[in-house]
Amino acid sequence: MTINEIEKEIVEEFEIFGDDWEGKYEHLIDLGKSLPLIKEEFKTEDRIIKGCQSRVWLNSELKEGNVVYTADADAIITKGMVALMVRVLSNHKAEEIVKADLKFVDTIGLKEHLSPTRANGLVSMINMMKTDALKFIS
Amino acid sequence: MKVQNKIREQFPILNQKINGYDLVYFDNGATSQKPLSVIESISDYYKTSNSNIHRGVHTLSRKATELFENARKTIAKHFNVINDQQVIFTAGTTDSINLVVQGLAKNYLQAGDEILLATYEHHSNILPWQLWAEANGGKLKVIPLLEDQTIDYASIPALISSKTKLIAITQVSNTLGLITDLEKIKTIAQKNNIPILVDGAQSAPHMPIDLQKLNVDFFVCSAHKMYGPTGIGLLYLSEKWLKDLAISKPGGGTIKTVSFEKTEYAEGALRFEPGTPNISGAIGFAAAIDFINSVGIQTIFAHEHELVQYAQKKMSEMPEVIIYGKSDHKAGVISFNIKGQHPFDVGTLLDKYGIAVRTGHHCTQPLMNCLNVQGTVRISFAIYNTKEEIDIFIEKLVKVIKMLS
Ligand SMILES: Cc1ncc(COP(=O)(O)O)c(C=O)c1O
Repeated sequence: MTINEIEKEIVEEFEIFGDDWEGKYEHLIDLGKSLPLIKEEFKTEDRIIKGCQSRVWLNSELKEGNVVYTADADAIITKGMVALMVRVLSNHKAEEIVKADLKFVDTIGLKEHLSPTRANGLVSMINMMKTDALKFIS
Repeated sequence: MKVQNKIREQFPILNQKINGYDLVYFDNGATSQKPLSVIESISDYYKTSNSNIHRGVHTLSRKATELFENARKTIAKHFNVINDQQVIFTAGTTDSINLVVQGLAKNYLQAGDEILLATYEHHSNILPWQLWAEANGGKLKVIPLLEDQTIDYASIPALISSKTKLIAITQVSNTLGLITDLEKIKTIAQKNNIPILVDGAQSAPHMPIDLQKLNVDFFVCSAHKMYGPTGIGLLYLSEKWLKDLAISKPGGGTIKTVSFEKTEYAEGALRFEPGTPNISGAIGFAAAIDFINSVGIQTIFAHEHELVQYAQKKMSEMPEVIIYGKSDHKAGVISFNIKGQHPFDVGTLLDKYGIAVRTGHHCTQPLMNCLNVQGTVRISFAIYNTKEEIDIFIEKLVKVIKMLS
């Protein structure tokens, strides 16, 4: 699936909740709980995205021409968001990752998690995902 | 309740929905909301009196100067300072502390000197001292906390040496709400002739403060935490330090005469107020003080104290809740965590229910290390908060706990 197709799939998955924000967040929390996202050995200081209330770890690798991300967060809602980002961006060509606009976050009504406060590490994580992808291009 | 409604009417911002829920604003420790009288004092000033102050001969300039200097008098009176020149306008608590540190660094602090702080200081009362210490071979010494997170006063004498040049201490912990016993600190300080700086950022909004009686060397606070505007605060200097504190931020307005060879600086508050000051801010600050006095600072303290006790009792009945600095002797703040849950998650979900709380380290990372937590959730009250809001908060907190577990 392309990045766009995965985004569409997530949008559909969240559509069933409609205005029910509690349902939406419960789903997000479940997403956060269901995935062991990163190997413990990768949860090192240099992979931590600093300066945020909830700590986020990110590891990027190149596998058979695709960028593969694993990540984790210590807050469960952030972890749910991280799980979504990894699901959308991981296993794609670096060129596509860099171009991704991640509009689905707005569509599913979770845009507040991308506000430029430092409360969660998500904005920094997306920047880091793209920066890492760029490194694999050059 | 009627009185409460009357007060709430003066804060139009409170009357709004967040995500479909009535806003419950419990982040007053970060900044309080502003009553109409404060908002209007600022817009009135710009509508009718705006002009630069102190040097103009024209009518508007005189009017603006009078408003600004009257603001100083209002603030001096509120804190029972007889000489209003001891009231200096700054940008806020952080700015005031920096002004003191930089001034002291010029002619008072020496290499090897020590500053004594408490574990629960806000970063704003740590970093300026730390920066000085790092650059000048100074040292910070820290008063530890007891098991219940109150200050270990008994440990202080052993921390004091001939090198101790100042005690800089917060009167109310912004994270825990605990009130420092300044009398105990003063007794030790005076015995050793050590000046004291009191960070009143979290005490001035909640309790009566008489600076004559308190009789410390420096007292600082921010208007925005006490119903006033952002960008303005107080630096109080004792008579001695009004004369002795070195100028570290010179500029227009601080002088008597200037030549390229030698400048003679003004005496009094103006010495420390370079450039065009925050005139509307000072006027708004005074309006905020008038608001506080219209309610009565004792009434505010009693009301918030009741809210803390009420909330703390309810929260203590919840087995999942851990309260930090649990004491009845508190000013308007409760810090807590939900067992096994990240404060960020708790705060995010409470926000979805329209409840504004603060989460994280609250600019007190050393305290977080001492508590051995990443962060906490903090609720903090103001005069307009109600028991009904606490009931809503508790009801939603129960839901949040269920959602997360
Ligand atoms: C105890 C304490 N000190 C200092 C400050 C800094 O105040 P300001 O940001 O207004 O300069 C705060 C504000 O959070 C505080 O709570």
